[in-house]
Amino acid sequence: MSTSAIIMMILSMVIIWGGIAVSAAHAIRHGK
Amino acid sequence: MEQKREQWGSRLGFVLAAIGSAIGLGNIWRFPYVAYKNGAGAFLIPYIFALVTTGISFVALEFVVGKKYRGSAPLCYFRINKHMEFVGWWQFAISFVIMTYYAVILAWSLSYIGFSTTLAWGNETKDFFYNSYLQVSPGASVTNFGGVVWQTLVPVLVIWAVTLCISYRGVRNGIEKISRIVLPCLAVLFIIFVIRAVTLPGAAVGLNTFFEPSWSQLKDPNIWMAAYAQIFYSLSLAMGIMITYSSYLPKDSDTTNNAYITAFSNSGFSLLSGIGIFAALGFMSAMSGKPIQDLAAGGIGLAFIVLPQIINQLPASQIFGVIFFICLLIAGITSLISLLEVCIAAASEKFNWSRKHTVLIIGGLATLVSVAYTTHGGLYLLDVVDNYVNDFGVMLSAVFEIILILWVYKQTKPLMEEANRFSQIRLGNYWKICLAFITPVILIIILVSSFYTNITQVYGGYPADFDAVFGWGMVIALLVFALIIPHLRWRGVKTNLKAEKEENSK
Repeated sequence: MSTSAIIMMILSMVIIWGGIAVSAAHAIRHGK
Repeated sequence: MEQKREQWGSRLGFVLAAIGSAIGLGNIWRFPYVAYKNGAGAFLIPYIFALVTTGISFVALEFVVGKKYRGSAPLCYFRINKHMEFVGWWQFAISFVIMTYYAVILAWSLSYIGFSTTLAWGNETKDFFYNSYLQVSPGASVTNFGGVVWQTLVPVLVIWAVTLCISYRGVRNGIEKISRIVLPCLAVLFIIFVIRAVTLPGAAVGLNTFFEPSWSQLKDPNIWMAAYAQIFYSLSLAMGIMITYSSYLPKDSDTTNNAYITAFSNSGFSLLSGIGIFAALGFMSAMSGKPIQDLAAGGIGLAFIVLPQIINQLPASQIFGVIFFICLLIAGITSLISLLEVCIAAASEKFNWSRKHTVLIIGGLATLVSVAYTTHGGLYLLDVVDNYVNDFGVMLSAVFEIILILWVYKQTKPLMEEANRFSQIRLGNYWKICLAFITPVILIIILVSSFYTNITQVYGGYPADFDAVFGWGMVIALLVFALIIPHLRWRGVKTNLKAEKEENSK
């Protein structure tokens, strides 16, 4: 894979899957 | 007598049901192809931009509308302003039409789970799908659809029977219970599918094709439109689904956080799907010697023609095939249940029918309409209806919803206050700008562009009368329906929210 493809893959994974992790963690911490 | 409103048993149950509704066939077969066709890796930039500007904001809007006004989509809009009720019935009509053909595609997936066990499609997967399985007639005709194809009708009846049984049991015992079981199963099975795909020879070439950015395409406004449309369709917005689901939430629920979880999870699944599908295409390219450009496809072609070709080449191919089509079935059935819920909630509140009666009436009607898609000419009908109901139905509904709620009936402040009362994540000026300015402008551009395309050329090369009757004719019929129903009285609920609250507290 090219460097730019690897960067895009990692970037999108971090933003999107990171978004799930952060919002789910927020839900667990703050209840309701 | 009015019926007491059901409620979700837990926050997790609601979130899983909302994610299940958002994740559908489009995540698996539309996103990878749309991304690839629109700049591949570079597409992810407008896609993520569309997610954080329109996607999350719109889901947050629908969640808070449902929770504040506590009803089906038409009832919520009626409670905002009685002149807005027609938007809800427009969304009811769209959901009804979509679910009638959605069930048919799920029925094909069900059949293909069986076909996977013996690789019944052979080497000519295209011929098998169109001629042996669907038995498609040579051309589309308004008056002659040919007879029913029994091998597609039977799985359609099975899909409807299962869906209606789930809905019949209600929100907590039906939809919530099934979501808690099948969503984790979908995640596990799909991760197995993706892990298998990325460990195949040639997968890296496929992934490179999917993620390699074509930066020059970012200057093309069509790519930005494609990204917004993808986010929009994928999140089941402006169909009344998210409003209906959130209307079953307890009053003190954090709708904003739930919107973030739902929207990110939906995109997370799409990304996973892109990785799995393109890794599999890379493998197919390595095996067949054909470039990926020749193999890449979207929609029905990807799921029922290209994927079976890939499955043929794999070691332990039957297992891989069964897993893929089970994933497709689970992703679709949770969306079908949510579409049905929009209609059930609205009809039972409007006409004071019990849930069980409503399931039987709406489900029975939808099953009857679905039969039309199981005829020899059913595929043509499905293609035209799908194009028009999405291009005009959903987009028009979204434009009306935003402009009426935020601009005409000035709900921005009360909705923001309602959401912020129970959430640590504050809705503020950013949310207002995204929803009231960016989103309607982009939606109107997409709508006008689709309208121009559809009036200047006949969609799909079908005969003009076929396109006029089942495309434009259907859109007009839905519009008439949406304008007539608001003239009937609400029989199942008190339309005044305060009066209903007092009734419930007795």
